[in-house]
Amino acid sequence: MAKIVIDGAEIETEEGANLLKVCLDNDIYIPNLCRLETDETPHASCRLCFVEVAGYKSPVPSCTVAVTDEMVVKTDTEPVRRLQKTGLRFLLSTHKIECKDCPANKQCELQDIAKFLKVGLKPKGLKQRFHETDVDERHPCFTYYPNRCVLCGKCIRVCRQEHGQSTLTFARRGIDTVVSCFQGDDIEKLPCEDYRACAAICPVGALEVK
Amino acid sequence: MNPPSDNGPQAVYAAIRAEADERLEAFRTAPVPRIHIGMATCGIASGAMETKAAFEEALAAQNIEAKIHSVGCIGHCYAEPWVIIDYPDSGFPPIFYHNVTPGKAKMLAKLFLLEGDPRFEHVYGATEENEMIPWVGEFPRFNREKRLITEKCGKVDPEEINDYIAEKGYGALAKALEGSPESVIQEVSDARLRGRGGAGFPTGKKWQLARSAEGGSKVVICNADEGDPGAYMDRTLLESNPHQMLEGMILCGYAVGAHRGIVYVRSEYPLAVSILRTAIDQAREKGVLGENILGSGFNFDITIFQGSGAFVCGEETALIRSIEGSRGMPQHRPPYPVVKGLNGEPTVINNVKTLASIPPIIENGAEWFASIGTESSTGTAVFSVVGDVVHPGLVEIPMGVTLRELIFDICGGIHKKKKFHAVQIGGPSGGCLPESFLDTPIDYDSLTDAGAMMGSGGMVVMDQETCMVNVSRYFLDFTQKESCGKCTFCRIGTYHLLEILHRITIGEGEEGDLEKLETLSKDIKAGSLCGLGRTAPNPVLTSLAYFRDEYEAHIKEKKCPGLTCRPLIAFYIDLDKCARGCDACVGCCPTDAVFTTRTRKKGIDLELCVKCGECMVACPPEYDAVRKVSPPHLAPVVDRPPEGEKK
Ligand SMILES: Cc1cc2nc3c(=O)[nH]c(=O)nc-3n(C[C@H](O)[C@H](O)[C@H](O)COP(=O)(O)O)c2cc1C
Repeated sequence: MAKIVIDGAEIETEEGANLLKVCLDNDIYIPNLCRLETDETPHASCRLCFVEVAGYKSPVPSCTVAVTDEMVVKTDTEPVRRLQKTGLRFLLSTHKIECKDCPANKQCELQDIAKFLKVGLKPKGLKQRFHETDVDERHPCFTYYPNRCVLCGKCIRVCRQEHGQSTLTFARRGIDTVVSCFQGDDIEKLPCEDYRACAAICPVGALEVK
Repeated sequence: MNPPSDNGPQAVYAAIRAEADERLEAFRTAPVPRIHIGMATCGIASGAMETKAAFEEALAAQNIEAKIHSVGCIGHCYAEPWVIIDYPDSGFPPIFYHNVTPGKAKMLAKLFLLEGDPRFEHVYGATEENEMIPWVGEFPRFNREKRLITEKCGKVDPEEINDYIAEKGYGALAKALEGSPESVIQEVSDARLRGRGGAGFPTGKKWQLARSAEGGSKVVICNADEGDPGAYMDRTLLESNPHQMLEGMILCGYAVGAHRGIVYVRSEYPLAVSILRTAIDQAREKGVLGENILGSGFNFDITIFQGSGAFVCGEETALIRSIEGSRGMPQHRPPYPVVKGLNGEPTVINNVKTLASIPPIIENGAEWFASIGTESSTGTAVFSVVGDVVHPGLVEIPMGVTLRELIFDICGGIHKKKKFHAVQIGGPSGGCLPESFLDTPIDYDSLTDAGAMMGSGGMVVMDQETCMVNVSRYFLDFTQKESCGKCTFCRIGTYHLLEILHRITIGEGEEGDLEKLETLSKDIKAGSLCGLGRTAPNPVLTSLAYFRDEYEAHIKEKKCPGLTCRPLIAFYIDLDKCARGCDACVGCCPTDAVFTTRTRKKGIDLELCVKCGECMVACPPEYDAVRKVSPPHLAPVVDRPPEGEKK
């Protein structure tokens, strides 16, 4: 058992529990996109779930923090919000805002986070940057939209966790990074037809079942 | 440590050593001249293969008996290809020759080896003190260094283990194997050695953590990924004296209780890979690697893993993923690799230079090592000093030497007539420091305080014709391309920095850009997952702090003070200097922008000019008539005479 303080409220939880999960379970919302309940180690790539933990110099992603007794956490400070907003604005600067035509409209986690952080969907002051291809049809079962994708990698990981390997993978580097799929025989062997975990888990409608 | 026993590692080693000594003695006392040639990648790139072939040909053609000894690199890039001719019967000391072309090689074979004339006009210096020829030990480029890591580089043949053994190689291992693993860790801790891979983590502490970590199959990994542009220390070490690093790795394995080691080396280093392979095979044959090392009962073997040239794979968690067969993407730490590394096993990852520092520490003791350098940064630092210096190359200096001493005293300073402008230290993670920082001592903490960092040892010296905005843009272009794409701040944030920097260099900078660069940089540093993103803004932040006027000139006056950014400069020809009838610039212009004026001098058509600068290079120095200006409107307009007009 550990007693911790989050935003002034005392909360009892397990020693070693994942701080992000503890916050979410206690109705303290922390923006996040890349966390999977089933991950063995935190993926920690979306860089939105920052909180301040007493004793740390700067904000830390709460998904990487294991709770210890008497931990003091603040989720709503200026440095935290600032990093979260910058991170979100970065994501939005590579995300095509065509919400009306997007199946994720109104269930989109990006929309939710933007609303929560009070950030406009078209980020001011940052040049927008999109991939040349809007639609990637190479996967036999799924259509991929690189300009919607936030590269949280959850699709890749659920697939791997489910099947031991994944037809999906990251490809290319830097700003050109996308989710792509392996070609060849393997792809036919995987039971993609029956499992749609990857598309279901996508927070932004970047993967659609064909 | 215990006194050597009769059949313990020291005794086994003594026998190996005697054999190597005998071999060396035979080589040294043979009554024939010896020609040592530097044959590392840098030497080969400068033509050392051709030089060696020329010697071989000349020796054969003229029936000269001599031995050619291929060695590694001594770090003196400006002198490549170099040879040392050691010809005792000539009455001269061993002589160092630089820039030895095949022609020079043939000439030396004939005139020196056959006729006994060392050709003084080509001599750089003698490698021993003597009365006839100046000794290189009197030159600052040679005598200000302190060589522990690179000591044997350029002396030994990297593909001949006996050369290393005859230089006391593997003696430290024999000594350590008679003591306890803990005493090795103690020695390394007492030496206060810090990791040479960039972050400067105490090596003894890392090894202690690995030793006490639970796990059956611990691993030692040598990080030879070396992805910083312009850095080549690790490559040189592996190509010139691989055994010192291997000995360090075996010592590490013994200390932490690991039985296997992996050298992670980039496949762009084919010579280093092949030399390492040979070295590992020879070490196994000699019994210093593999089963029952030197009869001690300790087993340790080493394999090579070739990386595929991603900068981020030098980051330790990405490196591990890469060996495991996945895409090289960093992971959140903790867990640190010493607790949970390769395939979940405790893993020590050390840089090549860190591992190569171990044998001298064990051999000479922690106190000796700690007496070199400064209190908080002991030992030496190896830098590859490149850019606008007179004597570029690899330099090993005690920590604490100032930047000024390194750049001006040791490396000969800036080329004639030009002024020092900035020095970039630590590669893409480092910073750019101005003249006022030249007296900063080179150690981990002073460099970090200055906003730069030790990094793995890349140093680029820049003269006044450098644009610092462009330098930042260059590094951000590199980090953006090399970002693995995993985390938001690095993947997208560095893109936005790059986009702004690019705009500024083409004259499209706007009010507010500098503040934007600063805030984005701070957020990227705070928000990124791994060291790549966390340090990527450093070149921007330091150049903004120390060279802000250059940024402002680009934005407000559309002027590039370093005369580098092409859209902001123009070339013209100074008609007072241009020589009538000279056509040197006309022939070299790729776009026919140079024309002849009515006075039979030359002018540049600014519409056609692509600002390549070829005309400036071609213009004979006695005229020196081509000028570069910024902003471009400062170039006087000279009208092109209409087509067909009589010239
Ligand atoms: C982007 C990035 C690139 C790196 N590249 C290298 C490298 O090429 N060589 C190296 O030794 N360390 C590199 N490092 C540091 C390693 O992660 C690690 O700290 C180091 O190998 C540890 O060795 P040491 O303790 O001997 O310094 C890099 C780190 C980062 C963040």
